[in-house]
Amino acid sequence: MKHSEKAEIFNKDEAKVNWHDKALWYVREKRDNSAHKVQGWEYLRELGSGIKANVLSNLDEYLIQFESNAKKNGIHVHWASNAEEHNEIVNSILVKHDAKKVVKSKSMLTEECHLNPYLEKKGIEVIDTDLGERIVQLAKEPPSHIVLPAIHKTKEEVDVLFQEHLGTKPSQGNPEYLVSEARKHLRNKFLKADVAITGVNFAVADTGGVVVCTNEGNADMGVHLAKAHIACMGIEKIIPQEKHLGVFLRLLARSATGQPITTYSSHFNKAEEGKEMHIIIVDNGRTEQLSREDFRASLHCIRCGACMNTCPIYRRSGGHSYDYTIPGPIGSILSPGKDLKKHSSLPFASTLCGSCSNVCPVKINIHEQLYKWRQVIVKEEKQPVIKKAVLKTAGVVLSKPGLYDFAGKSARFALKNFPKFMIYNKLNAWGKARDLPEVKNDNFDEWFKKRNKDG
Amino acid sequence: MKKTKVGLFIPCYINQLYPQVAIATLELLEKLNVDVYYPQGQTCCGQPLGNSGYEEDSKGACNLFVENFKEYDYIVGPSGSCIYHVKHHFDILEQTPEVIKVRNNAYELCEFLVKILGVTDLGASFPHKVGLHKSCHGLRGLKLGSCSEVMGPHFSTEEDLLNNVKGLELMSLNRKDECCGFGGTFSVFEEAISVKMGKDRIQDHLDSDVEVITGADHSCLMHLEGLINRNKQPLKVMHIAEILNSSL
Repeated sequence: MKHSEKAEIFNKDEAKVNWHDKALWYVREKRDNSAHKVQGWEYLRELGSGIKANVLSNLDEYLIQFESNAKKNGIHVHWASNAEEHNEIVNSILVKHDAKKVVKSKSMLTEECHLNPYLEKKGIEVIDTDLGERIVQLAKEPPSHIVLPAIHKTKEEVDVLFQEHLGTKPSQGNPEYLVSEARKHLRNKFLKADVAITGVNFAVADTGGVVVCTNEGNADMGVHLAKAHIACMGIEKIIPQEKHLGVFLRLLARSATGQPITTYSSHFNKAEEGKEMHIIIVDNGRTEQLSREDFRASLHCIRCGACMNTCPIYRRSGGHSYDYTIPGPIGSILSPGKDLKKHSSLPFASTLCGSCSNVCPVKINIHEQLYKWRQVIVKEEKQPVIKKAVLKTAGVVLSKPGLYDFAGKSARFALKNFPKFMIYNKLNAWGKARDLPEVKNDNFDEWFKKRNKDG
Repeated sequence: MKKTKVGLFIPCYINQLYPQVAIATLELLEKLNVDVYYPQGQTCCGQPLGNSGYEEDSKGACNLFVENFKEYDYIVGPSGSCIYHVKHHFDILEQTPEVIKVRNNAYELCEFLVKILGVTDLGASFPHKVGLHKSCHGLRGLKLGSCSEVMGPHFSTEEDLLNNVKGLELMSLNRKDECCGFGGTFSVFEEAISVKMGKDRIQDHLDSDVEVITGADHSCLMHLEGLINRNKQPLKVMHIAEILNSSL
């Protein structure tokens, strides 16, 4: 289904849309306030962008350096070219440890690779331990936002969900009660887990360690209690040196939630005594995106979600309307690179207002890439017959002043004289909720000619 | 010394549907003693095609634009998004000296008044409560003002002009620079979201006690006006050129 169709369905419940919009706008404003407190914020963004550009230009070297340093620390390093390989590697590690219970700390990469259903089919229990992730997992839904995965759910909806799955008492959505019940439930899962899987926010080439940012400390709890830790990362998560963390940690939390820093920035440099640590480095289409000059900067993304919070379309259409692991503006430039056909409506789910590019902590030119994807999609994907005919004809008319004059006059004549039913009908999407402009006078060309004759 | 020649660019939809905006723009420039010309045979900057992915098919319109305006020192138009398109998306044409000249010298009206002519007080009078819709392409694209999400000092070309209009009360909005949801063909192909965004923008103006919504891009205003008229809301819509040219 196209984004517009899904968004239309989401918009049937206007009160919910208003609530969703306000919740995300609140986060966007928190981000503004927090960024205002950092002197040289715009310079920091520039720096972040520059470091990422360096990383992407020398990715091979940094990755090899990272692997070599990680191995020196006793970490097992694996390489996966796609989602399937990634999942198989995870499974092989689980088999080795005879693991039946896995706790996971939020990782969009494992979502992208559809790891959960893969492992569940093998009889393994996978528990997402981030509260929002756990909520959507119980609801059997994918996250609708990369930082606020359950932002589309109200407290009351969570209440019902917890009653059903965790046996809680009805509380009319009392957040303190629900969070404490979730904590008890998750503690139990942490204690019994064999293996902990985490994502990676930053992989540091010169130390071979990784950094995971969470607000709930769930990555720490998982890793410290389990026998083995598997960290899954996309190849673009590399930063050259540990000192660069100072740039990215400051940018990430402020852009994501308006916090000065995430509550936990956990550094994992080697396995604890008697335990194992694995890192899986995943490509899954990233080198292909890197090869596209116009779109390579999309790999700067540090997954803060700021573009989603600011996007007026995302706020009013909900993350699920995008039908991709990473929704919103950044998802709309990443997804066509993965499957142009399936995601061809996403670059059009934007007014190109440019706010996404302005909030992006690593200065990805998101709205310009959306414009560029549109040109690619129209060339490579079959277009709706009417849309194509209208726009192609417009191209011809607008290149010939005589035709344009005739078309303009005809349109104005129609608007002025045609009966309403001919103008407001199913073919006219504009007129469904909006009036068309009223035509009263001459057009400007006619006015100008008359004035010059009279003058 | 040769006098500076200005070519007046009137976007297609303004020409056909909102001639009063074009007239106000022309009269304003004439009042300021600008040597202004209106080249005949103008059509469109090609933006509707480009934004829809049909950039290739817009080359004819773009070339015609360059042909019409290549001899002028400045090209001035009352529409931020069209000017943005000329400046940022005409790279599909071969970059001849004419194309480069046209792109470098294209100005949105407010920007031209403030930055090039150095005028902010046009002697206008408009005793009403006005809400300013800061259209995205002008704001974020042409940097007509500071954006709420970018850190730095506050500035606004349009506010500078409106603050000098006698009797005008510029109302402050809750969301100062959110998109109205027009977005060219977005308004048709993403109809539901487009309408919702427009409704929300209008509500902000209503909540802020606004009588007249203005802006430097009439396409956004056309979208808002369509909703206001359909829902019979107590708001008027006027292009900033009309307000700056009024002497009631």
